[in-house]
Amino acid sequence: MNDYLSRVNSGIFYLLVAAVLGFITIMCVVFLVKSYRAGIRIGMDKKVLKKAITSSATFTLLPSISILLGVVALSGTLGVPFSWLRLSVIGALQYELNVAEIAAQSFGLSGLRLEEMSMGAFVTIALVMTVGILGGVFCCIFFLKKYMNKIGKSPKKEKNGKPGFGAHATTAMFIGLCGAYIGSYVGKAVPREGADWMPLFVAAVAAAAMAVFEYFIQKKGKAVLENFSLAASMLIAMAAAVLIQLAI
Amino acid sequence: MTEREKTEFFEEYNDGLHRIGRITLVAAVILLVGIPFVIGIINGVMPEGRGFISGFAKVGIIYIPVAIVEFLVYSPMLGVGGSYLSFITGNVTNMKIPCVMNSRDIAQTTVGTPENEIISTISVATSAIVTTLVIVVGVILLAPLQPVLQSEVLLPAFNNVVPALFGALGLKYFAKSPQIAFIPVLLMTLLCVFVPAAISQTSLLMIPCGGLALLIGFWLYKKGKL
Repeated sequence: MNDYLSRVNSGIFYLLVAAVLGFITIMCVVFLVKSYRAGIRIGMDKKVLKKAITSSATFTLLPSISILLGVVALSGTLGVPFSWLRLSVIGALQYELNVAEIAAQSFGLSGLRLEEMSMGAFVTIALVMTVGILGGVFCCIFFLKKYMNKIGKSPKKEKNGKPGFGAHATTAMFIGLCGAYIGSYVGKAVPREGADWMPLFVAAVAAAAMAVFEYFIQKKGKAVLENFSLAASMLIAMAAAVLIQLAI
Repeated sequence: MTEREKTEFFEEYNDGLHRIGRITLVAAVILLVGIPFVIGIINGVMPEGRGFISGFAKVGIIYIPVAIVEFLVYSPMLGVGGSYLSFITGNVTNMKIPCVMNSRDIAQTTVGTPENEIISTISVATSAIVTTLVIVVGVILLAPLQPVLQSEVLLPAFNNVVPALFGALGLKYFAKSPQIAFIPVLLMTLLCVFVPAAISQTSLLMIPCGGLALLIGFWLYKKGKL
C-alpha cells in the first residue's frame, strides 16, 4: 500500500505533470497576448481589455479553490500528481470521480478503493480517464474551423437594423444551463430520503446578494461593482452556508 | 482602421488561432495519453488492454455524445480561441462559460463581433491561467493546507461552490429575460421534484433545458417580444 502511494506520488511524476501543465499554460499565455494585441489593433479600449482580465481573474479564484479541493479528494486514491493533472486539464471533479470508479470496476476492482489499488490498475484507470474525456478536444481539432465558419462570424442584422437572434441565443442557452441546476437544487431540497436543502439555500443567498449588487450597479450607477459582484455574491453565500451549519 | 480592414485583420487573426489551436491540441493529446504509458514503463507495468476497452466502452457511451453536444452548444458561446482553450483546460460549464458571459456583460460586447471574440478568448485564457496558478500553489501547500481545506467547519462552503455560482448567475440571467426563463426553470424544477433520479443528471438535463430556452427565445424573437 505504502509502496503504491509512494509510486503514484513520486518526484518524476510531479515533474511530468508540471511539464504538461507548463505547455498548456504557455498555450493560454500565447492566446491571451495574441487576443490582447488584436483588441488594441482593432481599436478596443485598453481599459475594457484590462477589465476583462481582472474580472475573469477575480471570478475564477473561488471556483479554483473548489477545484483544488477536488485534487485533495482524488489524491487519496490516485495520488497528488495525477489528480492535479486531471483537474487542471479537460476534466471536472464529477467526471473524474465517476470515470475512475467505472474504470476501477472494469479492471476487476470493487471500486476506487485504496486497499485494492496496484500500479497496473492505476495506469489502466489513468488511461481510461484520459482517453474518455478527449471527445471535445477531437471535435475542436477536426471540426471547429468548419463549424465556426458555418455558423458565421459577422453579426447578423435584420432588415429593420435590430440585432439578430444570435445576441439572444447565448443568453437563452445560459438560462437553460442555470435552469437545470436550480431545478436540481429544488428537487434536492424536497423532504425525502437523502434530501439536502443546503444547495438551494446557498443558491438563494447568492441570488439575493447578486440582486443587491445589481440594484447598485443598474440603479445607482456603481459600475465598478460589476467586476466583483459575482465573486462577492458567491463568497457571501458560502459564508452563509458555514454560519447556518454552525447554527443548527 | 476601416471596417473592411478590420474584417480582413480579424479573419487573419482567427486563422492564426485555428492554426495554433490545432497544433497545440494535438501536442497536448500526445502528452496526456503518453503519461500513463511513461508512468507504466517507469514502474514496469502497462495498461491492461481488456480493462481499458471495457472501461472505455462504458465511459464512451455516456461521454462521447455529451462531448459532441457540448461542442455544438458551447463553442458558439466561447468563440474560436475560447473553444480551443476551454476544451483543453476543462471545467467548461461550471467555470469557463460563466466567466465568458460575465466578461462579455462587463465589456458590453455584441455576439458575433470581433470584440466579443477577443473578450471571450482573453477571459478563458485568464481563467485557465489563474486556475493553474491556484492549483499549483495549492499543490505546493497541500500538506500544511489540508487540515484547513478539509476542516469540518468550512466543508459546507466548499461543497456548495457550484450552487453559489448558479444562484448568483441565475438571478442575473433570469432577470434579464424572465419570459425565456419561466418555462424551462419551472419544467426542470417539476422534473427534479417528481423524478428524484433526474437530480443527479444535471449535466444531461442542461442540454434539453438549454434547447427549450433557445426555442422559446427564438419564438419570442420572431414575435418581436425580445
